[in-house]
Amino acid sequence: MRWFWIDRFTEFRSGHSATALKSVSLSEDYLHDHFPAYPVMPASLILEGLAQTAGLLIGEHSGFTQRVILAKVSRVQFRFLALPGDTLTYRATIIDINRDGAMAKTTSHVGDRLQGEADIFFAHIKDDVAGEDLFEPQGFLDLLRMLRMFEVGRQSDGSPIEVPEKFRHLQGA
Amino acid sequence: MALSEENFGKIQEALTEALGVDDDEVTPEATLVGDLGAESIDFLDIVFRLEKAFDIQIPRGELFPEDILGNSDYVTDGKVNETGLEELRKRMPFANLDQFAANPLVSEFGNTLTVQAMCNFVEGKLSS
Repeated sequence: MRWFWIDRFTEFRSGHSATALKSVSLSEDYLHDHFPAYPVMPASLILEGLAQTAGLLIGEHSGFTQRVILAKVSRVQFRFLALPGDTLTYRATIIDINRDGAMAKTTSHVGDRLQGEADIFFAHIKDDVAGEDLFEPQGFLDLLRMLRMFEVGRQSDGSPIEVPEKFRHLQGA
Repeated sequence: MALSEENFGKIQEALTEALGVDDDEVTPEATLVGDLGAESIDFLDIVFRLEKAFDIQIPRGELFPEDILGNSDYVTDGKVNETGLEELRKRMPFANLDQFAANPLVSEFGNTLTVQAMCNFVEGKLSS
């Protein structure tokens, strides 16, 4: 199993907000343990999807030059269970971003119904803590493409988001 | 140094949201670590909220000088030495360090920072 907890972006406004979809399907293994005969998308994995939506939004803001890690979930609340057949719509909005990290507000909807919400705080880790990239660059660029970040992504002036400079030497860039 | 009620309210809100505590727990004498349960990552969160609430800039390490506590020039055998205490006093005029100085164990430092000290810190920032 790959640790991808969003399927694709449908909206991505650089430095501002992003929307991603996650389809919950009975073909996913984990649903058969959580719980046997009563499959429920674990709230912890919804939270992970919200964090991935927000984390990629925050990482893109620096052209993925900053190493962004989830530092803290200040507040989280879920209102009802997400079940197979549901499509979760995750929205992340950057509240604040600076040299040390970023704060994002996120929500999860099923249709128009608010399913969950979380305030997530991300830290930028320093060079002396981690000297290398957190992700293998080619695999990471491929992931951004799979998530359609460059298809839907827009800068604040409406122009498309381009492949960040640090990835331009890679295949398919 | 007293903060206006409005400003104390803003600090109270930052702390209740960052630490998940109730309003009435955020008293001036409450310590952030000992009484309100703040951990190191919470200080980043608190700083973010204070910067936004008061439109101020708080450079890293200014409110909670982690760099001093982790520096072997300032710490001997788990205790902050005289040079370290001098540096702390210089960097943290907003906090009362007398009690800490009597037995300056690094592990006890978290208990020196009270809500009142944080109010003093913000007041200092607003008037500078």
